[in-house]
Amino acid sequence: MNRPSKTVKVDYLARVEGEGALYIKLKGERVEDVKLKIYEPPRLFEAFLRGRHFSEAADITARICGICPVAYQMSAVHAIERALGVQIDPAVRALRRLFYCGEWLESHALHVYMLHAPDFLGYADAIQMARDHRAEVERGLRLKKIGNRIVALLGGREIHPVSAAVGGFYRTPARSELQPLVEDLKWALDAAVATSRWVAGFAFPEFEQDYEFVALCHPGEYPLNEGRIVSNRGLDIDVSQYEDHFQELHVRHSNALHSVVRGRGSYLVGPLARFNLNFSRLPETARQTAAECGITPPCRNPFRSIIVRAIEMVFACGEALRIIADYEPPPVSRLEARPRAATGWAATEAPRGLLYHRYELDEQGLIRAAKIVPPTSQNQKRIEDDLWGFAAQIATWPPEELQWLCEKAVRNYDPCISCATHFLRTEVERSEL
Amino acid sequence: MSSERRKPRLAVFKFASCDGCQLSLLDAEEELLAVAEAVEIAYFPEASRAMSRGPYDIGLVEGSVTTHHDAERIQLVRRQCRTLITIGACATAGGIQALRNWAHVEEFVRAIYATPQYIRTLQLSTPIAEHVQVDFELRGCPISKHQLLEVITATLAGRKPNIPTYSVCMECKRRGTVCVAVAKGVPCLGPVTQAGCGALCPAYARGCYGCHGPMESPNTTSLTTQLRIWGRTDAEIVRAFRGFNAWAWQFRRASEECERS
Repeated sequence: MNRPSKTVKVDYLARVEGEGALYIKLKGERVEDVKLKIYEPPRLFEAFLRGRHFSEAADITARICGICPVAYQMSAVHAIERALGVQIDPAVRALRRLFYCGEWLESHALHVYMLHAPDFLGYADAIQMARDHRAEVERGLRLKKIGNRIVALLGGREIHPVSAAVGGFYRTPARSELQPLVEDLKWALDAAVATSRWVAGFAFPEFEQDYEFVALCHPGEYPLNEGRIVSNRGLDIDVSQYEDHFQELHVRHSNALHSVVRGRGSYLVGPLARFNLNFSRLPETARQTAAECGITPPCRNPFRSIIVRAIEMVFACGEALRIIADYEPPPVSRLEARPRAATGWAATEAPRGLLYHRYELDEQGLIRAAKIVPPTSQNQKRIEDDLWGFAAQIATWPPEELQWLCEKAVRNYDPCISCATHFLRTEVERSEL
Repeated sequence: MSSERRKPRLAVFKFASCDGCQLSLLDAEEELLAVAEAVEIAYFPEASRAMSRGPYDIGLVEGSVTTHHDAERIQLVRRQCRTLITIGACATAGGIQALRNWAHVEEFVRAIYATPQYIRTLQLSTPIAEHVQVDFELRGCPISKHQLLEVITATLAGRKPNIPTYSVCMECKRRGTVCVAVAKGVPCLGPVTQAGCGALCPAYARGCYGCHGPMESPNTTSLTTQLRIWGRTDAEIVRAFRGFNAWAWQFRRASEECERS
């Protein structure tokens, strides 16, 4: 019998940061091929960082990503401080956590409200969604604005802030400067709880995978800037051992390198991994919100990551309030860092997951070699693996729905292809046996 | 009375960049819904999966040209946009990725990728105006969202955008910031850099690093001389001019003169 073959193509997958394409080939109900292609032109940061001074790394690497510049700045300064043996002041450490809370809030609000929620409610974008859900969209924009306000207060501006420095900050705020954030953050905490309840009410596809989750773990706190790299399959290493355990593979269809755990394969970084590995370190409010939303670790449904992002917003608001309440300015805004020939490593938790940096410095403080592994390149293979399973599950759905659901599955990861691409084009090719 | 005017159609295009400048539009949280009422956001893949075909009244272009494919694509973009505005240092000056312009790009690619033959990229990272005619260039790494709203508003009103071309020093004075260069000897590109950021870096106790690109007629030679007097090495001065606007011709000339001397 000659059954018709079908091809479903979408030229652009939108609402992701950067340019990429998705190609799925189906034969009947069987998935024959899945490729997440990253077309973003390579910008070659690791090459031109060579010969630059260590003090420039935070400003330069911020330009890898306009959505999470703080993450790049934090991984860069921590790696260099480790190379140069700089021990930062506890007040600086707290301020950096506050800086990061601002970025998480801004980035998660952007993704939850503007990039992902429209998929669940059937809109092309948040602006169309606002016609029917104006109050929610306005709440999302205000949450985002408050996150941005924290980043701008500490760093001068939301995108590519200017204050992060090796040894501390170029300028640290007085106690009184942080106080005006308190009222906003109290509102934001309630709004984040409301967000969690709102997204928990969405309909989620039944889909679970047996993931290897990888995140930082710190004994006393939900991870942002510091910790060992841990997984649910027994990995527990110092950041300096990262390259012994993870490998980057160069595949033909992508300008971003694919990461795998050596000897095992793909893994997942980001909110779901942090939540599953660090649930007990979330503050009471966040854990309670999770319980109300019916989400407990281990959560293996990637579509529910939107709820976890909302819960991480609850965490970020609470943590920011705690830091502001306890804040005393450090004695000096930044410690001097003396150049020496050394290598330093750091990983911090960008909104989208683990962000690894390594720098080799010479005795004058110039960078001899740099390596940067962004979260999206670590998740890239995992996204493909999800689609192998998910596309098979929905293979018989009508083409338009199948395509939209696959896009939504990619957006579960909040992929930031600028950290590696520029448009995401979905192409589903179908033929029957 | 009933003939309601068609809303102007806005499109946002991305080339090699970090997405930060187009994010500025989404970062205008208070104005975003109002903008969406004033114009039809016809093409903005970062924000919407609804993508309408051209022609567009206003095209915002972010990013630099670094591939053959993008060199062709910018021609198509130009043909679809009545007014084409470049946003940010990548689109107006080639961006930080233009540092490759002083190196061998093949060596750069080999340094990062295990299989360099999979990577297709051009030797130079170039601004949009080297490829097509541009109606307005908005500087900054990143751009200022207030300046972006001004440019969009002015374009819709058919007037010239009110974007100052004087230096960051003017903004420092207005802000009442003590000059970090004069008072502390901190190297600062403020005297040659276009205003627009609000003189952020000096207010955060550091020198300006030139993210808004060269001002109108900058005296880079004088700044180089002064930096040398303050004991900066030529290598340091070259690095200072080779930042986010390295390929802007005034900064490029300054770094190359310093390298030659």
